[in-house]
Amino acid sequence: MWRYIVKRVGHALFVMWLVATTVFFGLRAIPGGPVRTMLGQEATPEAVASLRADLGLDRPLTVQYVDFLTDLLTLDLGRSITSSEQVGSIVAQAAPKTFAIAGVGVALGLAVAIPAGVIGATRRNEPADYAATVAAFLGISMPAFFVGILLAIVFGVYLDWLPIVGYTSISEGVRPWFESVILPAVAVGLPYAAGVTRMMRSSLIETLNEGYMRTALAKGVDSRVRLYKHALQNALIPVVTVAGIQLALVLGGSVTVELVFSIQGLGRVLVNSILERNYPVTQIAILLISGVFVFMNLLVDIAYTAIDPRIRIGGEGA
Amino acid sequence: MSTPSDGSEESSPATFGLYEGEFGPGEVPPEYEQEAHVEEHRTTLQRIGRTLRRDRLALAGAVVVLVFLLLALFAPYVAPHGPDQTFGFMKAPLTESVGDFDGDGTTETVTHYLGTDSFGHDILTRIIYGARVSMLVALATVGVAFTVGTTLGIVAGFYGGWIDSVIMRYVDFQWAFPEIILGVAIIALMGGLGVVNVVLAIGIAFIDDFARIIRGEVLSIREEEYVTAARAVGMADLRIMFKEMLPNAVAPLIVQATLMLPLAILAEASLSFLGLGVKPTTPTWGLLISDGRQFISQAPWISVMPGLAIMLVVLAFNTLGDGLRDAFDISETEVE
Repeated sequence: MWRYIVKRVGHALFVMWLVATTVFFGLRAIPGGPVRTMLGQEATPEAVASLRADLGLDRPLTVQYVDFLTDLLTLDLGRSITSSEQVGSIVAQAAPKTFAIAGVGVALGLAVAIPAGVIGATRRNEPADYAATVAAFLGISMPAFFVGILLAIVFGVYLDWLPIVGYTSISEGVRPWFESVILPAVAVGLPYAAGVTRMMRSSLIETLNEGYMRTALAKGVDSRVRLYKHALQNALIPVVTVAGIQLALVLGGSVTVELVFSIQGLGRVLVNSILERNYPVTQIAILLISGVFVFMNLLVDIAYTAIDPRIRIGGEGA
Repeated sequence: MSTPSDGSEESSPATFGLYEGEFGPGEVPPEYEQEAHVEEHRTTLQRIGRTLRRDRLALAGAVVVLVFLLLALFAPYVAPHGPDQTFGFMKAPLTESVGDFDGDGTTETVTHYLGTDSFGHDILTRIIYGARVSMLVALATVGVAFTVGTTLGIVAGFYGGWIDSVIMRYVDFQWAFPEIILGVAIIALMGGLGVVNVVLAIGIAFIDDFARIIRGEVLSIREEEYVTAARAVGMADLRIMFKEMLPNAVAPLIVQATLMLPLAILAEASLSFLGLGVKPTTPTWGLLISDGRQFISQAPWISVMPGLAIMLVVLAFNTLGDGLRDAFDISETEVE
């Protein structure tokens, strides 16, 4: 088991190095270089040269690359071009907002999706199953930002229950924080829940048809134990995979949903930096979002060891 | 993991079993003979046709998809107005604008079935023109992803060894990324907006899905006799891969493509919504929603109408894709 975890951590670090390298060379491969794009076509050669020197772009590529990696490791992230603010502090202000939205969204999503999937599978072709199936189908067909806008119209404008602009820090009280986070969280959580519900339902249906379920029935195992111990534990394995992969949907969704609710999260920082051609911010934002995602996938992989004894015992596999 | 041919192979002996004992050796009940005949020669297209005839939901999806494709294709003829023609601002759905809009000196009354936006554009018209961008981008992106992904996957599966390792390492790496973030990053690297950039960004982001599926298929058919035969007669590798193996692995790819189209539509809408899509003056669903965002208290329909359009077309693609997946007997764990 430990060997497996060490292998996974190594893989995650390798992926992060690959992302950093891709971002580094990718940004430098832009025709004319980032400086030309940042200053515009009319910039004087002197201005270009001085910004290049400022950013250290006049040095050999290998030196720049080594510097870039050391800076990353020492968290010396440089300054924004448009506001000369430290990139580190920009990102540090934005990240908690995105994490709050994504975290609450995933928690709500799973809290709804797992029971809904179980109900769908155990009461197959009953009204409850149809309701869950139709809701899940609608859920996977709506972009998160559209869900966000509908929520804002209903709960913000029409009912006037919740704020629809901005983010309140948790230090100003749990209630205002929760009120500012709940609508965006539901917006990113709904498409997520829809995907997980579908997987939970089909996986549990498949498991319920397995031979060992019939054996358990024949042995006279109590129906609750059969469902929760024999069936659910096995059915959850592919669900965990999907729940992990679909985290991408939550992070991607939060980029657009932050715009709906005018929240200055990581997504907004990333998109604005691209629109302003603020490359130092762009590269760190991409790295941070990728890092979060790789880390979450790592956690999901490790969670496998808890639910799938084949990995725990075998050490290899999956 | 089941392959598409499983269903037909399983059904034939079952049918035979019913008649066991009633027929002598060598004799085959006529129904069985016919059944076997049909099963063997059912082509991919025939299977799709059969799905549409049997599965009402899939048929409804196909019809909606077709309607949107036709709207996109014939937008200038179907749309009630020009995409840039302006009327009264933020008119509610089913209200009218009165004025001289065609410049002939007389006053007309124009009904806005879905209302007008903050610039006074007719929303129905913008949605119809927006379908062009959505459909074009969706088809082109899936085309890019299909071509590149299939080539990578087939090469990886066919040659194996280090080629397979290198390609699949890359695919795993890309698999680990949120598609929309990847798309946004690629847009950032390309440093510009426009249809081509959007298509490349989303297309590249979808490569991994196709590569994984085709590689799996190729691995399962690599040792089939017709492949060995093709090698034995000295057929070139490229010909074996694309003429012999690809046609036998095409069913799951078609299903995957049908399921990727709605994702491409959602991705394009998201990029447009963020202002990272096609040019800001082009009518797209994402931009329309984004424009309406500031007016949700005065004119919620500006955002809601194009949002419903996205939902409808994505829903249609999903029901169609689900129907096809069932028809080709591909388990849900295999695609997506």
